[in-house]
Amino acid sequence: MKNTNFLVVGVGGQGTVLSGDVLAEVGMTAGYDSKKSDVLGLAVRSGSVISHIRWGEKVNAPMSMKGTVDYLLAFEPLEAIRMAGYLHPDSTAIVNEYRIPPAAVTTGQIQYPQVEKIKQILAGTTQTVYYINATEKAKELGNVKAVNILLLGALSSLFEISPRVWEGVITKYVPDSFRELNLRAFEAGRELIGGDKANISCQASVLAEADDLEKL
Amino acid sequence: MKSLLSGNEAVARGAYEAGVQIALGYPGTPSSEIIRTIAEEYGKDIYTEWSTNEKVAMDAGAGAAYSGRRCLVTTKQVGVNVLSDSLMYAVYTGIEAALVVVTADDPGLFSSQNEQDNRWYTRLAKIPLLEPADSQEAKDFVILAAELSEKFDTPVLIRTVMRTSHSKSVVNLGSRPQTPEGVGPFPRNPEKYNCTASNARHMHPRVEQRLLDMAEYAETAPFNRIEWKDRSLGIITSGVIYTYVCDVFPEASVLKLGMTNPLPKKMIKKFFEGVEKLVVIEELDPVLEEQIRAMAIDVIGKEVFPPCLELLPDDIKKYSIKAGLLREDKSEVQGSNKTGLKALQELPLRSPVFCAGCPHRSTFYLLNKMKLPVAGDIGCYNLGTLPPFRAQHTMGAMGASIGVLHGLSLAGLPENRVCTIGDSTFFHSGMAPLVNMVHNHSRGVVILMDNSVTAMTGHQDHPGVDWAVTRDRPAQKVEIEPLVKAMGVKKVKVVDAFNIEEVETGLKECLDYEGPSVLITRGECVFVSKNPQPAYHVDLGVCVACQLCFKVGCPAIGLAEEKNPKNNKFKSHIEPTLCTGCDICRQVCPTGAIQPPSEKEEGE
Repeated sequence: MKNTNFLVVGVGGQGTVLSGDVLAEVGMTAGYDSKKSDVLGLAVRSGSVISHIRWGEKVNAPMSMKGTVDYLLAFEPLEAIRMAGYLHPDSTAIVNEYRIPPAAVTTGQIQYPQVEKIKQILAGTTQTVYYINATEKAKELGNVKAVNILLLGALSSLFEISPRVWEGVITKYVPDSFRELNLRAFEAGRELIGGDKANISCQASVLAEADDLEKL
Repeated sequence: MKSLLSGNEAVARGAYEAGVQIALGYPGTPSSEIIRTIAEEYGKDIYTEWSTNEKVAMDAGAGAAYSGRRCLVTTKQVGVNVLSDSLMYAVYTGIEAALVVVTADDPGLFSSQNEQDNRWYTRLAKIPLLEPADSQEAKDFVILAAELSEKFDTPVLIRTVMRTSHSKSVVNLGSRPQTPEGVGPFPRNPEKYNCTASNARHMHPRVEQRLLDMAEYAETAPFNRIEWKDRSLGIITSGVIYTYVCDVFPEASVLKLGMTNPLPKKMIKKFFEGVEKLVVIEELDPVLEEQIRAMAIDVIGKEVFPPCLELLPDDIKKYSIKAGLLREDKSEVQGSNKTGLKALQELPLRSPVFCAGCPHRSTFYLLNKMKLPVAGDIGCYNLGTLPPFRAQHTMGAMGASIGVLHGLSLAGLPENRVCTIGDSTFFHSGMAPLVNMVHNHSRGVVILMDNSVTAMTGHQDHPGVDWAVTRDRPAQKVEIEPLVKAMGVKKVKVVDAFNIEEVETGLKECLDYEGPSVLITRGECVFVSKNPQPAYHVDLGVCVACQLCFKVGCPAIGLAEEKNPKNNKFKSHIEPTLCTGCDICRQVCPTGAIQPPSEKEEGE
């Protein structure tokens, strides 16, 4: 059996590591072998955070090779395109549209990539990209910190694993006082992709050619 | 029962299941979560301690193991340099109960000053080396190491790398064995435990014999195994690299070594004879390769797989294709991927910066302004090396800054000089060089940056705080100020790190002093502080876009959307979700544009 490979990426402080932990444990609970590898930046806050997760009958390396990641869950658009080389044409990417500009951008030394450029880079690597505004949605639910579980909810709707399994693992990983909020966030995330499609712009039709990218 | 554990959590579990009773270490990425996990999960059964430094942990570990308690000592790779002095005598003496040392190496330098390969230490010390490939082995090898330690009467080293420490995989959990309740009497056996020359002379041959016995054991030990597949290519590997090899070379025969010192030479020879071409794939140094070559066996190794940085599956694949060991699978190469990759090279990076609210900011703002030579040390404050400060000019090892400062003084530099060192680092290895400065009439300012925690490694305790390992465990606080005075430092000044003027005045006073001086810049780490203030804001009507506030390098300060038409520069903006109201930027703003929330706003 071929492994299912995930990448969960974002910025330190967004709760990506916890999402990846839940994802890895859901894999184990669903009966797969499961492995995860984290790369945390030097900065406690505001550095790039990358988590590889792999499910399968037997998983060897805890990280995927380039061109073999099936699902990219990106908490931030810039972090999404940084990982574009790991995707393949049949990958699915879920990208939170909320931007966190690095210090070099906020102090005017370099520009944050244009939305069009971001979309073209991702469209150039894979056919299925969901752009969702998970941060806004989490704010609506009352706590922006729930964005990590909300994004997991969106990802979970692409799998046949019962939502109860995901919810059980989430309950184990989040503090009791935030349990109810996170379960609501999970449900809201599921609806973003699985249910009401109004908030989704699927980029399946946009396939950039190499020349287009170089012009950008 | 199964559980998904990181390598560090699995080592902690292994300690529990091995009947370890005492676990000691000094924090250091990527090893720090071992002690933390033991304290949080198994604290009822195992005593934990963040010792003052790794050598202290090693000596205490030896003492407890001599007394009959199973012990675990944890460290990051460079910490083994610190504890090696003590490891070397424990090798000669042996132990009564198991003594297991875990080193978490850092290929790729994710948070270290070098990429040293600690496998060499086991050749120097002549002790067993175990290298787990995943969390299951990390747990199993701690139990095994405890058994080997007692079986062969020796300390045992387990070496993980960042990828084993910080990766999670499925682990089958076992139970904890019966452990001794009481111990003693202490073995009064100086012939075994006192390395005076006349005793040590007899210990050395025992160490050599032990090495031969362990090599024999390694031949049949279950953790060294040959996986026969296609015999045209055979790969010898160990640790996490084994899992990469399985992905990149699913068809090849593999000799998987769990124990890499001493080597099972007969098994290696048998494997060599069974394959057409032999390759050694190891990260960093050619530790296995050189020994195998010394057996007159021809192997492919470092000429294909370079000794620097990590050797990830993608790297192994790339180098193997280049060397003709692997054929390129054209179907795997997505043209579309390559198009994206070129555009990715110009993406803005997220370089590490001091957190908003960090107490170190004021010191580096001043050091940048004053252009003094600065000997630096290891901790968060090393970020003062980076823009916009660029104000730590040397850095190499824990506690080195004070000795280097003394050297700058000895050299007779025409300019005055300072060094920076954190509170935890000072306790770790800064006290001896400070006493040396005092005794030898040195001159220079030691800026002791006291943020009340070992910050960079994840906020552990040190002797200068009143808790130990977990916040609810009280400990005796050692006060820094009377300590440095008692060491003979005549000029000691304590200043508020969140007050730039106070730090500047204190620094100038210390610089004027003709002798060694200590400036303690005190301010709690933002992660420790229980008192974050409401966010400040920029009054755009007052801001003239001088951008001087950028010089404090705060991640909460960025560009506003509004420009000053006179200099055509963007004004400043403070991100309210990041700002902790530390006040530093307000102190550098020349126009008063940066303001705390008014009382009215706070009331809202």
